[in-house]
Amino acid sequence: MGAEVRGQAPRIQRYHAYADRIRPKPAVIHNVWWAFVVGGMIALLGQGITWGFQQAGLTGNRAATPTSIVLVGLGALFTGLGWYDRIVELGGMGGTLPITGFANAMVAPAMEYRAEGLIMGVGAKLFTLAGPVLVYGMATAFVMGAIRYGLGIG
Amino acid sequence: MIAEQIGEASYRTAEAYIAETAACVGRKEGEGPLGQYFDVVWRDEGEAFSSFEKAEQALLAQTQDTALAKASRAWSDVDLVIGGDLMDQLIATDFEGRRHQRPLVGLFSACASFTEALAVGASTVGRKGPRTVLVAASSHHLTAERQFRFPLELGYQRTPTASWTATAAGAVLLVAEPTPVVVDAVTFGRVVDWGSKDANDMASAMAPAAVDTIQRHLDALGEAVEAYDAIVTGDLGVFGMKLAAHLAHTEYHFDLGTNLEDCGHLLYDIERQDVHNGGSGAGCAASVFSGYLYRHLRTGRWRRILLAATGALFSPTSSQQGESIPAIAHAVSFSRHGDSP
Repeated sequence: MGAEVRGQAPRIQRYHAYADRIRPKPAVIHNVWWAFVVGGMIALLGQGITWGFQQAGLTGNRAATPTSIVLVGLGALFTGLGWYDRIVELGGMGGTLPITGFANAMVAPAMEYRAEGLIMGVGAKLFTLAGPVLVYGMATAFVMGAIRYGLGIG
Repeated sequence: MIAEQIGEASYRTAEAYIAETAACVGRKEGEGPLGQYFDVVWRDEGEAFSSFEKAEQALLAQTQDTALAKASRAWSDVDLVIGGDLMDQLIATDFEGRRHQRPLVGLFSACASFTEALAVGASTVGRKGPRTVLVAASSHHLTAERQFRFPLELGYQRTPTASWTATAAGAVLLVAEPTPVVVDAVTFGRVVDWGSKDANDMASAMAPAAVDTIQRHLDALGEAVEAYDAIVTGDLGVFGMKLAAHLAHTEYHFDLGTNLEDCGHLLYDIERQDVHNGGSGAGCAASVFSGYLYRHLRTGRWRRILLAATGALFSPTSSQQGESIPAIAHAVSFSRHGDSP
């Protein structure tokens, strides 16, 4: 910042103090409640699907993989229909964090960047949102695996 | 240039008259409180085009064509086109130039591009030429979302201070021959950066720029706020208007008064249309002036108004690199001819 701004430092501090005081705040209680409801509904749906696969004969954890596949499919479908962004607008992290949110983060750029072509559009931009999740998910898995190995549990 | 310098960055313009204006907007803007003032309201965001960038170009083209048609002028009468938009490399304004083939000055001050273009146009136009200058600015919600924020279908929660980029364009045809409404003075803003960093709170970054420019405009003209029937900022929204009024009162020692309005605040029904802080985008001030403000200037509700659109001059890159948000405001004052001071 230039000399002009430095000379105005007290004025700027007073301004920001006022702005911080009157800035509209996110409705935390409202948001937390809806995150709980929306996230809980998605979890309930996932549990229902898991039970369904178990009824069909898949035992225990073996029902988890097809459940994930169905949820990702539903997340992608709802994104394509233009509904998922509304679910997250209401539910926030309750909609972003489940695997359906991951599907949303993959399908939204796929739809968005069609205009730039299949290679440099969809191909290059597909992981712009999901990329950080994958990078740090894998990095964390690697670190945890190393710790587990070091402790001699693995 | 026929304008006379009356302050550090203020000019009294002598022969800048408004022949006509036009405003074309998207569906959401048409459903807002100013819907009836716009020349054309699109049924959607331009889904029929192969890209939303092309839709924005078409919206701009339609607005410019409408302004010329209302003034009974042809493109060949236009000596100079001045305008801007929010897109990287000005691909709405510049690509539209492929069609109209008139001399073009493209400029960028983010959401203040419209008053920047008006200020340049008004201080350039005159009887010795250029005699006819078409000023325009545009923005499109979906082209801005993908450039500055996220893909359309990605779910995320907007913060209460976030603004809604308008799908809108406005055009003003400036001529050297007298008409009822004149641009009487302009003030070019300077970059004001008070260290705000939140790209979802442009109001905090822009309010100091608005107050700085308004004060310098009033000082240069030797006027008080009361000289204006309305002082209209651009895109400060609900929160930014409070900040600007407070800042003017406590630090600059003038009251913006009860006549302060804001284009981002006027364009939408803030609660019903879920736009949080209000509208923004180069097309916001352009359409609100060209549709609503000009109508009331011409028909007599107002005799004199000051329009100070504000722009947040950040890019996605500068934001990600942790830079603060520089802001700018350019001011233009209008009066009904014969009532000018």
